[in-house]
Amino acid sequence: MTMNSEGRPTAPSAPSQGVGRKTFTGNRGLQIEEALLFEVGRVDNCGVDLEDIGDFDSRLGGLEREREIGLPGLSEPEAMRHYVRLSQKNYAIDMGVYPLGSCTMKHNPRLNEKTVRFAGLADIHPLQPQSTVPGAIEVIGQLAHWLKVLTGMPAVAMSPKAGAHGELCGMMAITAALKARGERRQFVLVPESAHGTNPATAALLGYKIRAIPAREDGTVDLEVVKENLSDDVAAIMLTNPNTCGLFEKDIVEIADAVHAAGAYFYCDGANLNAIMGKARPGDLGVDCMHINLHKTFSTPHGGGGPGAGPVVFSERLAPFVPLPFILDGKLVEDVTEAAKGTGEGSQTFGRMTAFHGQMGMFVRALTYMISHGADGLLQISEDAVLNANYVRVCLQDIMSLPFGERPCMHEALFDDSFLEGSGVTTLDFAKAMIDEGYHPMTMYFPLVVHGAMLIEPTESESKAGLDLFVAALRDLVFAAKAGDLERFTGAPHLAPLRRVDETRAARQPILRWTPPVAAEAAE
Amino acid sequence: MRYLPLTDSDRQAMLERIGVDQINDLFADIPKDKLLADLVDLPLAVGELQVERQLAALAAKNVAAGSVPFFVGGGAYRHHVPATVDHLIQRSEFLTAYTPYQPEISQGTLQTLYEFQTQVALLTGMEVANASMYDGSTGCAEAVLMAQRITKRPKAILSGTLHPHYRAVVENMSEFSGHDLVSLEGAPGAVEDIISLIDDQTACIVVQSPGFYGDLVNLAPLAEAAHAAGALLIAVVTETISFGAIKSPGEMGADIVVAEGQSIGNGLSFGGPYVGLFATRQKYLRQMPGRICGETVDADGQRCFALTLSTREQHIRREKATSNICTNSGLCCLAFSIHMSLLGEVGLRKLAQLNHRNAILLADQLEKISGVELMTGAFFNEFTIKVPGNAATIIEALAAKNVLGGIPVSRLEPGRDDLADLIVVAATEINTNEDRAAFVVALNEVLS
Amino acid sequence: MSASEVKYTEDHEYVRVEGDIATIGISVYAQEQLGDVVYVELPEVGKALAKGEEAAVVESVKAASEINAPVSGEVIEVNSELDGTPATVNEDALGKGWFIKARISDPSELDDLLSEDAYKSFIEGLD
Repeated sequence: MTMNSEGRPTAPSAPSQGVGRKTFTGNRGLQIEEALLFEVGRVDNCGVDLEDIGDFDSRLGGLEREREIGLPGLSEPEAMRHYVRLSQKNYAIDMGVYPLGSCTMKHNPRLNEKTVRFAGLADIHPLQPQSTVPGAIEVIGQLAHWLKVLTGMPAVAMSPKAGAHGELCGMMAITAALKARGERRQFVLVPESAHGTNPATAALLGYKIRAIPAREDGTVDLEVVKENLSDDVAAIMLTNPNTCGLFEKDIVEIADAVHAAGAYFYCDGANLNAIMGKARPGDLGVDCMHINLHKTFSTPHGGGGPGAGPVVFSERLAPFVPLPFILDGKLVEDVTEAAKGTGEGSQTFGRMTAFHGQMGMFVRALTYMISHGADGLLQISEDAVLNANYVRVCLQDIMSLPFGERPCMHEALFDDSFLEGSGVTTLDFAKAMIDEGYHPMTMYFPLVVHGAMLIEPTESESKAGLDLFVAALRDLVFAAKAGDLERFTGAPHLAPLRRVDETRAARQPILRWTPPVAAEAAE
Repeated sequence: MRYLPLTDSDRQAMLERIGVDQINDLFADIPKDKLLADLVDLPLAVGELQVERQLAALAAKNVAAGSVPFFVGGGAYRHHVPATVDHLIQRSEFLTAYTPYQPEISQGTLQTLYEFQTQVALLTGMEVANASMYDGSTGCAEAVLMAQRITKRPKAILSGTLHPHYRAVVENMSEFSGHDLVSLEGAPGAVEDIISLIDDQTACIVVQSPGFYGDLVNLAPLAEAAHAAGALLIAVVTETISFGAIKSPGEMGADIVVAEGQSIGNGLSFGGPYVGLFATRQKYLRQMPGRICGETVDADGQRCFALTLSTREQHIRREKATSNICTNSGLCCLAFSIHMSLLGEVGLRKLAQLNHRNAILLADQLEKISGVELMTGAFFNEFTIKVPGNAATIIEALAAKNVLGGIPVSRLEPGRDDLADLIVVAATEINTNEDRAAFVVALNEVLS
Repeated sequence: MSASEVKYTEDHEYVRVEGDIATIGISVYAQEQLGDVVYVELPEVGKALAKGEEAAVVESVKAASEINAPVSGEVIEVNSELDGTPATVNEDALGKGWFIKARISDPSELDDLLSEDAYKSFIEGLD
């Protein structure tokens, strides 16, 4: 079997040390319990007032709904409380450091939220005549321009809905370009440190994956890449800066080797935040790269989405961009029209989604980019890298760096060797951070490092904020080494919940609420 | 810069602590000749006021849907969203949280996802739902791949009722993933014989109801025929409000239901972000793509929620994952769920009736115009009319009169000359008697 | 049946041989390393297994591991009990936690496998 024991948080092993007294309501001061919508709502309750229209002859062709749906309703005050109480059980960037490596949890400016709600940008339909939405097309065009200049790439696909969707877009373009050359290649090279989306994307398109191991210094070995290249390799999917927080210093040579083999260089742009204004992927030999607007350009993560994943393309891939695309200030939506041109989009591979992409994210990202300007975007990268290195240096004497004491980019990667013999795991350590009021860092990723802890502070943290964060982590490390197991194995002690039993959730999946009566009958 | 907390003296102190002389020492791994010496060629930073002015100027160039009589649908619909929704989704704890991978401090997101999944399952008449896809169209392509995994068969058959963009997305995915596809040509009121095309290589048939042209389809016989041949029925719905008036796809035998959830809680936003609803039968759970939230307990035995069954997903299964999807439509799901809880059963049904009634009133009025023909028999809130002349030209002429009167089919089917005189028209609760009257007057003027 | 009839691969699958029938599962060491098993994906009865190729998948909460066939043969039975109670793999890996029974097609392949003692010293060398 392929043993994969990385990241095995399972059922809680230690009982909780209940803090404080039990209350009658279950509430604890400002921490208020909230039952499920289906328990507080009633099927005959409603929080909207709609016109009474009386009876009329329907034209539903005999397909009228007869059965009750079973949807509970809430009046407005009940709804307000339900969701406000629930919101208070979430950690958020607006509350504190959110050092999730590879996720770029930066401040989300509220100006973005204001501009995106301007009626002329929010209340427009994707299929109303183009003549009635020139400003919207200009927003997409302007953002496209900013992205192209910043990355030094000549073309961009704006429609992909998220990073992984962007990867799919890039790999489709590569496949289409190969096809145009009369080729169908079988393999894609993916470093072991890559995000899981990379191999998943390549596999979705029928490629076989060749995993490239990491070198001892955490970067990709040029010689190994060369050994794995052949005329049957379509592309390499490389993240740069990589998921170990390091810049692939042989990137230009890797790109040259890939091109010499007739293959393409897909760059995962998840970590663009480290190099904006410092270096341009276009100068490094990249053929296409997705950009996570929800990471680098501050569009809110919203509890898991929505994101946006525009993809920039080199000259070689520009003809293959998907529909729709902006050309000379016009939105090109149709193959025949696209084929009239000679450059960008002239051999478009088709459509990835209905309509034109994540406009709501475009407006936010453009607002953010205009706010920062060329100078501010450069400062972002410098501050992000500075903050990460500051954290690294402040912790490297007591935590363990897998690749030695060397500068990192915008995130600092530690492994769990400093916890060896303490009885504390990476997971326990992370859960203890929750008690200190911090969201844990990314754990057990990248897979190439044992018990990985990947810290990305972003440029949004102040020095004072980082000093306290670092002091808290140092205190935890000392406690772990001193054998204060109780602080870790039962953690979190002070969160809204004790350690959650994820094993039970997976062994007996309960994925929706069912009425108590029905649930009993089913047993 | 207002968003950056570090001051120059902070930066200096930090560089000293790190033990380097200058910031570029931290970028030493970037090849020297690739390090940019100057700023990129873009404008410099500006204050909030200036940014707001620039964006306001761009916004002012567009005709907002709410400023004119508005009848555009085709997979995105303008509905009234209660003020409460937009307030709640902007709470910091929802807006600025990441994917809930730490359940102990993410119960807000997790419980709302669990409630969302339940609402979607109830609406679609299915047993399980995921925590959303990017949108209806990408969800549709994922559903086809899922059916191919379940049946281990290569072929999908797309009904002509399917939205042309959805069809294009599925076609694209099928081509690149090496699957077979049969697409039927669509037309309003068309009777198609999809059943005779089902063979032992067919993984699924994909049918949209209400269809792109507005037609309602009885899915029950299609489900029966598909099942008899060992294939699945994928039902697509682009107008979620219709669940309040029409039999659920689950009730009619669908195996996977994919819907665009934008209509509930989410504005038009020029096409995105939207929220894809995805539901299926319990037995196909392990082949379902996307995040799923499940119920469990914490160490004290307290009921709570966590993301689960993640071994299907890319971050664990890598190249063997059910999909490459990572991000979902979190905040749009939340908007959907809040709006749906405000509506409840009573509100949704009433809203659906209101939409249906407004569409009937509009169809009746348009049909009376000389030369205009109603092409759709049974419909919900959208139908197709045939006009005497080029539909695209007529829609532009209506826009010049400040009426956004629907979608010329030629915009989505540019290669089909036989559809060049068709307009897909949608009516929702936002339309008033005055809006309808203005549409009729303008269309009369344009046609005469 | 004595424990000595159990043979192992270096990838932690075990085979219990009774006549020409092989009962396949994962070792006690493997289930410890994986943590709580939450799901086991089993092949269909009648499937032909080729030695070294994927036969099943065992999932813990945050990991999925492929089980490769230790010997070639035809699947004659799978342990459907695991569907409802995957925890059995953790509790009784060598007994009730078995995955697959297969009819061995090439008994000589068994010679390549490790004896229980050899496997024991193999895993001692891993830590």
